[in-house]
Parts: sequence; C-alpha cells; structure tokens
Amino acid sequence: MNLTLKVWRQNGPADGGRMVTYKVEDVSPDMSFLEMLDVLNERLTLEGDDPVAFDHDCREGICGMCGMVINGVAHGEQRATTTCQLHMRHFEDGATITIEPWRAAPFPVVKDLVVDRGSFDRIIQAGGFISVPAGSAPDAHSMPVKKEDADDAFDAATCIGCGACVAACPNGSASLFTAAKITHLGLLPQGQPERDSRVVAMVEQMDLEGFGGCTNTGECTAVCPKGIPLDAIAQMNADYLKAAR
Amino acid sequence: MNYTTGEPIRDTKAPSGPIEERWDQRRFSAKLVNPANKRKLTVIVVGTGLAGGSAAATLGELGYNVKSFCYQDSPRRAHSIAAQGGINAAKNYRGDGDSIHRLFYDTVKGGDFRARESNVYRLAQVSVNIIDQAVAQGVPFAREYGGLLDTRSFGGAQVSRTFYARGQTGQQLLLGAYQALERQVAAGTVEMHTRHEMLDLVVSDGRARGVIVRDLVTGEIETHLADAVVLATGGYGNVFFLSTNAKGCNTTAIWRAHRRGAYFGNPCYTQIHPTCIPVSGEYQSKLTLMSESLRNDGRVWVPLRGGDERAPGDIPEDERDYYLERVYPSFGNLVPRDIASRAAKNVCDEGRGVGPGGLGVYLDFADAIARLGRDAVEKKYGNLFEMYERITGEDPYTRPMRIYPAVHYTMGGLWVDYDLQSTIPGLFVIGEANFSDHGANRLGASALMQGLADGYFVLPTTLGDYLAAGPFGGVDQADVQDAVSEVTGRIGRLLSVGGTRTADSYHRELGKLMWDYCGMERTEEGLRKALERIPELREEFWNNVKVPGEEEGLNQALERAGRVADFFDLAELMCLDALHRTESCGGHFRAESQTEEGEALRDDERFAYVAAWEHVTGGAPVLHKEELDYQYVTMSQRSYK
Amino acid sequence: MATKAVTPRPAPARAAPARRGGFLRTSNGKKAVMAVTGAVLVLFLVAHMLGNLKVFAGAEGFNSYAAWLRTVGEPAVPGRTLLTLAEIGLLAAVGLHMWAAVSLARRAARARPVKYAARRRSRADGYVVRTMRYGGVIIALFVVWHLLDLTFGTVNPGGAAATPYERVVQGFAPARWWVTSFYLVAMAMVGLHLRHGLWSAFQTLGLARGRRRRALNVLAAAFSAVLVLGFVSVPLAVMIGVVK
Repeated sequence: MNLTLKVWRQNGPADGGRMVTYKVEDVSPDMSFLEMLDVLNERLTLEGDDPVAFDHDCREGICGMCGMVINGVAHGEQRATTTCQLHMRHFEDGATITIEPWRAAPFPVVKDLVVDRGSFDRIIQAGGFISVPAGSAPDAHSMPVKKEDADDAFDAATCIGCGACVAACPNGSASLFTAAKITHLGLLPQGQPERDSRVVAMVEQMDLEGFGGCTNTGECTAVCPKGIPLDAIAQMNADYLKAAR
Repeated sequence: MNYTTGEPIRDTKAPSGPIEERWDQRRFSAKLVNPANKRKLTVIVVGTGLAGGSAAATLGELGYNVKSFCYQDSPRRAHSIAAQGGINAAKNYRGDGDSIHRLFYDTVKGGDFRARESNVYRLAQVSVNIIDQAVAQGVPFAREYGGLLDTRSFGGAQVSRTFYARGQTGQQLLLGAYQALERQVAAGTVEMHTRHEMLDLVVSDGRARGVIVRDLVTGEIETHLADAVVLATGGYGNVFFLSTNAKGCNTTAIWRAHRRGAYFGNPCYTQIHPTCIPVSGEYQSKLTLMSESLRNDGRVWVPLRGGDERAPGDIPEDERDYYLERVYPSFGNLVPRDIASRAAKNVCDEGRGVGPGGLGVYLDFADAIARLGRDAVEKKYGNLFEMYERITGEDPYTRPMRIYPAVHYTMGGLWVDYDLQSTIPGLFVIGEANFSDHGANRLGASALMQGLADGYFVLPTTLGDYLAAGPFGGVDQADVQDAVSEVTGRIGRLLSVGGTRTADSYHRELGKLMWDYCGMERTEEGLRKALERIPELREEFWNNVKVPGEEEGLNQALERAGRVADFFDLAELMCLDALHRTESCGGHFRAESQTEEGEALRDDERFAYVAAWEHVTGGAPVLHKEELDYQYVTMSQRSYK
Repeated sequence: MATKAVTPRPAPARAAPARRGGFLRTSNGKKAVMAVTGAVLVLFLVAHMLGNLKVFAGAEGFNSYAAWLRTVGEPAVPGRTLLTLAEIGLLAAVGLHMWAAVSLARRAARARPVKYAARRRSRADGYVVRTMRYGGVIIALFVVWHLLDLTFGTVNPGGAAATPYERVVQGFAPARWWVTSFYLVAMAMVGLHLRHGLWSAFQTLGLARGRRRRALNVLAAAFSAVLVLGFVSVPLAVMIGVVK
C-alpha cells in the first residue's frame, strides 16, 4: 500500500510546530502502525532528515508508552487497541493519515509526537497507593476479599496510564485515569484507611496539573485501550463528595 | 576470540550450616545502619521494574537517600509490566503438598542443576512474603468465591502454587511496586529521574560510587554520585533484535559495569519460548508471546512434505505431521519449553515450516473446537485468539494459528554473591540483570518472584551490611572525568561516522547472526563462525553507521545506536561462553552433546560450575569458575518421551 | 558537549496532602454545583410543565392557577412571599449553574491550548454533548424572551394587561408562527440539555454505577422526552385551535 502521512513535527517545547506531509510506499498490510513509522524513519535517516520521534516500548499493548492521535482519534479507529497493536490492514491503499501528539496543557510536547506525562505520576504520588512498608504485611489470607470486588478492582487496575483518555476528552480531563486508581484501591478492604484522603488529594492534584473537568462525555472510555468504564468516574465522584463533606 | 582461565571463585559469602537457616543467619550477621545515618547515605537504583522499583521504594522507606533512574517516561513502563502468567510462592494454600523445600527443589531441577542452592532456597523462603506484601498493597490477584486467593499450576509443576491476576500478573505487581515508589517520591526519600539512561559506572577507590547518565530530553550528560549503586536493568534478550522484550530493553548498563570490573555470569543461558507469533516480514520490530496454556488444547503440526503450499484446511490428515505427538508420545504437545522450541526449529530447518519465510508451525484448535464446542474454546482462550487475530489478521477459529519460538528471557547476567553484590564492591545487581537463581533454565512464573524477592526483601538487608561502613566520602574527580569522557567520546564517535546504514539495520543483522548460531541450537562450527563474523560486523558498524541529529535534545536514533554498539560486545562474549560450554544444559543446547533421544545432555563432571567472565581491556576475557556443590538435591537427567 | 553534575529539575508543584476545603475551587466541586443546581432547575421545570397543562382546563382554571401562585401561603405570610423566595432560589440556581459552566469551560480551554488539526471525531454520543454549551446559551436567551413574552407581556400582543390565558392564546396564535417555532426549537434544546444534563448529574453525584447505569440512562432520556412533550403540547394545541 502507498500512504500519505501528515505528521506533527515540533523540534522541542519551544518550537511552534507544524504538520509535515510524507509519502510512504510499499507498506505491508501486516505491519503494525509503529512498524510503518519505523520504515519512514529508516528512510528519513538515510536521506539525512530528522526521524519522527515517538514514544513506544513493549509494542504489545501493555506498557502504555505509545500513543498518538490518528485521524482525530486517540490510538486510531480500532476500539480497545493501543497504537502499537493497530495494524495497517485497517487502512485503505492511498489513504491520507493525520498523526498528532496527545494534546493537553499538562502533557507538553517534548518533540514531535512525544509528550511529557509526568503529571500522571504526580497524581499517583498524591495518593494513588496503599501505605505498607515491605515486611510489615499480614498473611495474605488474613483479609478475604469478595470475588466480585476483587474482579471489579482488577478491571479498574488494568489502566496502562497511556493518556488516551485525556487526549480524547474535549475538556482535556484526566478523570478516567485518576478515577481508575481511586476505584481500584477503594474497592479493596486494604484501601479503606486512606480512602478519603486519597480521593481528595488526587482530585486536587489533577486540578493543579491543569487538566480540565469532566463533563461526562464518555469519549475517554470509548478510546481507552483497556475499556475502563465510566463507572470509575462515578465512583470517584461519590467518594469525593463523601470525603469532602 | 580466546580466553584464559583465572582463579576460581571459592567464596560466595553464603553462610554455612543447614540450608533453611542460612538466610536467617545472614540477616542476623548483617550489620545495621543507624537510622540517623541512613539519611546521609545515598543509593542509586537504575531501572524501575519489579526488582528496581521495589528496591527503590523499600530503600526509601528505610530512610536512605535514593536516586532512581529509568529510560522510559515513567517508572511504570518497565517491561516487567508485560509478564502474563503469574508468580510462584510456596504458600501451600491448597494443601497439595507444596513447601519451601519443594519450590526450592523444582527451581534447582528446572534450572537443570546449574543454580546455586543457597540462593534458590532463600528465594523459596522469601516467596511467601512477596504474596503478603503484594496483597497488602492492593494487588488484585484472582480470588475464589470464598474470598481467598486462587492459584493455578504452571510450567509442569505438580502443585498449584502460581498466584495470578488474569493474564496481567506482571502489570499488577509492577503497579504495586510503582505506587510504593511514587509514595516515596512524594515523601521526598526517592528522587526520580525518568528519561535518563545510564551510560557508565563510576568506580573510585575500588568501589562503585556513581553513574553517568544521559538526560534523554536535553541530551545533557550528568554525573550522579552515591555510596552504592544498584543495577536492576533487566535482561539482554534484545541482542537477538527480535525478542519478546520491549524495544528499549538493552544491555548497556550491565555491559558498562562489566567493562568496569563486574564479572558476567553465564552469558549464554537464554530462554526461548515456543509459542510466539511468527515473524511476518522484514520490517518486523518485535515478537509477541502467546500464553503457553494454548498447548493444552492446541495440536502442533506441519505438512508432511516440504514446500506444501496448500491452505492448512486443504491438507488431509494423512499428509500432516503432528511431530510432538509422534516423537514424544507420552507428553505430546505438552513437552517443556526448550524441547517444544527445538522441535519446531528442526521441522522448519527441514523445509516444512509454514507461513512467510517458512518459519512457523501450526497450532490447530479444530479438534478442540469439535470436541468442546466453539464457545468453550472461546471462553478459555478468547482473549489470546483476539490478540492473535489483531496481529495477524487471521481467524484462529477457522484457520490454525501459526507459532514460532522466540527469545524471551536471559538467565545469564552480572555475577553476584549471596548478598547480590557483584565483584565491584558497592555494585549490587538484582532481578533479571543478575545471573543468580534460575541456573540454565527458568521455570514459568519465577521471574516475577525473583525480581520482587531481590527488591523487597534481600537487597534491603544485604545492602545495609555494606553501607554500615559508609558514608564513603568524596569521589576522586579523575575517576568521574574518566567515565564522563568515555561516554562523551562514544557519543561523539557515533555521531561523527556519517555512514550509509542505520543502527537498526546493523542490529537486525547481528540479531540474525545470533539467532542462527547462538540461538536454540548451538554448534562449535556455528559459534566459531559467529565469533569470526561479529567483530567484522562491529568494525563495519563503527565505520559505516549513520546516526542523525545531535547530542543535544531528544535523539532516539542516538540512543539506539549506543545500545547496538554494546550488544556487539556482549554478543561476542555470549558466543564465547556458549562455545566453551561444550555440554548442553537447560536453555543452552549444544548439538554435539545430546542423548540418543535428542535431549540435552549435561556433563556434570566438567561443567557443574558458573562461568563468571572478567573483562580485560585490550585482552582476552578471563574465565573464573564457581563450582556448584549440591548437598540437598541429587542431580538427575530429564526425559519426556 | 554539555556535561553537568547533578542538578535536579525543579520539583513539580504538588498539592498539600489531603487538604480539606476549597471544595468550590476543584473541578469536582464545580461539577457537583452544576449537578445540584441543575436538579433544582429540573424540579422547577416539572412544576412549570404540570402547571402549563392547566391550560387545557380552560381560561378560568389556568388564570386561577396563575393567581394561586401569587397568593399561596396567605395569610400566614404576605402575598407573593413564597413566589419571590422561589424566584430568588431559581435565580441563584441559574446563576451558579452558569458560573460552574463558564468556569469549567474556561478550565477546559486552558487544558487544551493547541487544538487538533484533524477533526476530532466523537467516539461516544458526541452530538448531544456538543449541544450542552451553546444549547445552554440558546436556552438562556430563550428564557429572557419567554419572560418578556408571557410573564411581563412586554412583547406579547395582549400586553401587560391581558390575563395569563389570553397571553398564551394570543402569543401562540397561528399568525405568530415564528414565535411558536422559536419556542419549539428552544424546547428541543431543553430536551437535549436535559438528556445529557440529567444523566451527567447522576454520574457527577456518583449514582450511575454498575447495573443502575443503564436504567438511569434510559430514565434520563424518557424523562426529557416526557417533559418536552408536556411543554410543546400547549403551543401546538393553541396552533391547531384546541385551546382558544
């Protein structure tokens, strides 16, 4: 297949940035989206151009490092899929593909398609944990957990922290990410002692980082590679109202 | 490449006495650090996977001044996150006869009797604490309706001791460690440096005293000094270019440390996983693992005749070769990883492989679907089938899957003693980066166990013993300058070549060479060929690589080129180690050493030792042997016919 | 080549751990204000719509209902006391609702200073959601007109002197089809606004979880539809001459 790519190029945070058009030829439908970009980058390198910078690591959909907005959709059209797991067979020969970085003030562009998601780490630092020094834990079976709760906690805990929710949200909100952690820990008995302080601190940190507020558009869950449900945000809201009272 | 044999390693610092008391003894004999002094002691931890993340969090919690480094944009991205299956622990919650001793025994045997008894016993002891710790942190392990933890059996173990969180156990355990780490960052005990890559080790006055890192965003070369350095930088499977490792996994940190004096243990021990999605073309950038559980219901076959181009459904039963069932009638499709991998390679070498390039075998679920019904198969393997479909575009319900073995884990790594300290005082190595606990072959669900055992429980004790003598005062600026100029010199060289090939293209070529000659089956002839070819290729690389851009700012091509350069040197040592070990053991299969049935044949008389390699600048490596002495298990030969 | 010894990047801002208060400053607090004031307005709309249906009881029934609104509570409290209180409450609700909306919209704009080049494609029920902000503005404008028309009579053909019933009948007279059209469009906006607003309030107040989620979603849609039908039935009835 032959493709036309319109790629966001930005040579560092201070640079204004622009869309640049590239032709990529002889793309195999079996390539992953990132392998297609690898091919482009090999060519750019040999031609003496600067290759397109993009984040990626595991390339099996679990590390959460990759992510770009493809034709206006975070991680591309295919549902429940990270960019690295998206394959070129889902595109038409001759298509024009627009590729942009996650857009949000708390995700400043580092270069091209690479953004800084340190704000997510700081939200976790604010309270996304259970305080338990190594060696102090009681026997694992001393605290049974209802299977349903454990399963629901797991569903929320599958968040990979990629940031697609923020990229897709018209408000640039990090609610789904923050709520996923609050829900995961809040559903478990181990998470109860810090439940109130956790939700207050994490919500405040989310605001402090400059993320937008949630208006329940549902765009986040629609692009989430792990399908974290909106239920999580409702849970966070309920916990917050209870804790802030 | 030649080598010389040096002094054997006689003392691993393991306490003597009954094996079950050794760790207790060591904990008691380890000196303690006064809490007020801990704040004055700085520890550098490189890598934030299960081992590094849990170590940095625990050391921070203990009150040390910790500096943590990772090359990714967040500590949560480390490749431990991709581990699927589970984590072993000798909890015996099932009452099915498990015990610390049994886990110890299974691990030593699984490692084909090439691991150290004392270390493995401690690993089994500590395994039970890991589960407690993880559960307390909120790791959502699978549970039963009664609310207690579920377990499953794994990797041929006869007891059910593997704890799991669906197919994402590594992710959940890593997030637990990551959250503990971020808690310490918030508390101010850990200083986190993301997007920083370690490029050299600072050794001064005989001690590891710091690291040279590159800030991957600005390109600045930074020096960080400390009283001790911990490497938790993972394995080096990416030397093969194609592996199930993350793209960024590399050997640079441990290789630089090796060059500064740390011995490298058993570099040739590599684990190759039989059920991965095969390569689909020249552009392939990585391989994806499919859970081993698929072999419970799938039947492995290839066409009887080579070059059979028919679609699999058009090949009649009598023209198919279910080779695992044929050769191993009693274990059939369920033979261990190494055997299944090698058998697949053999039929493909005969020209009977399927799919692009003939590098694949069928894993067929037609019988299972006919027997159990499509729904039952979907329930069991639905997510795996979906993953396969996503990557290949083929529907495994109607067309057999194609699978092929892929490099998955490296048992070798920097040599460490019982305290996890390398041969450089003050340099500790944990997790996959060290060589310690798995011998020549790692059992399923044991990698997570080892990483967390090292980070949460072992290192914090043994490191304290070392640090009790600290702080170690100032560092000689000449030693720092030496390391900095080494790093800047290399970067400058890479950028100035201006050749005609990318670093990736050299990496692919090196990987292919390693796969062909130092992969699933190794021969003296092949290894010699590789040892001849690698230096030539390295020479060409340094004269013809093209690295675009500058040292300032984000330059991913430069990062990759530096890693490839170190892979060349490591590849050579791997081949040398594989060549010198003329026996077969675990993941190391020498064609010259096999039983009549084609199984790995150990040579305990000559090779019951750890090969610890010392780097000599400008000279041949020196081999130091650490004899393995088995007092609690009896060495035996495996058979799966 | 730039080299340096350890200069950590400036520590990022961090909220004080578990700081209480400041509820109205947080996005979650504003959302809660939005939900609660929205709920007040919904209750008002329900009462309003039910009151409107009195028009089918004829001129006398409708006019006396209008009068009752002013006299309810007498003689315990002076005339119009309760109505004035309700008006103040409504005004406050509208004010807070709009304040929260503007404040969240500005926060959202700050959170995405650079827009996407490709048209951002909605993956959820995007249309209804997109009407929330401009729909809210249209509804606000409509309310102004509506008050001038039917409450104060300023722009009503019957003028300030006409009875409430006369104002309704004359205001929606077939000749004034454009007024009726505007009313219908505004009601459609109210319907869409409620459709997402109600559901959104359930979500914001943390009620829409698990199995209840679907039910509440259906409830929001059905409720909005019934309310809009109730409102539009009056002008339509006037137009086709059922109410005259």
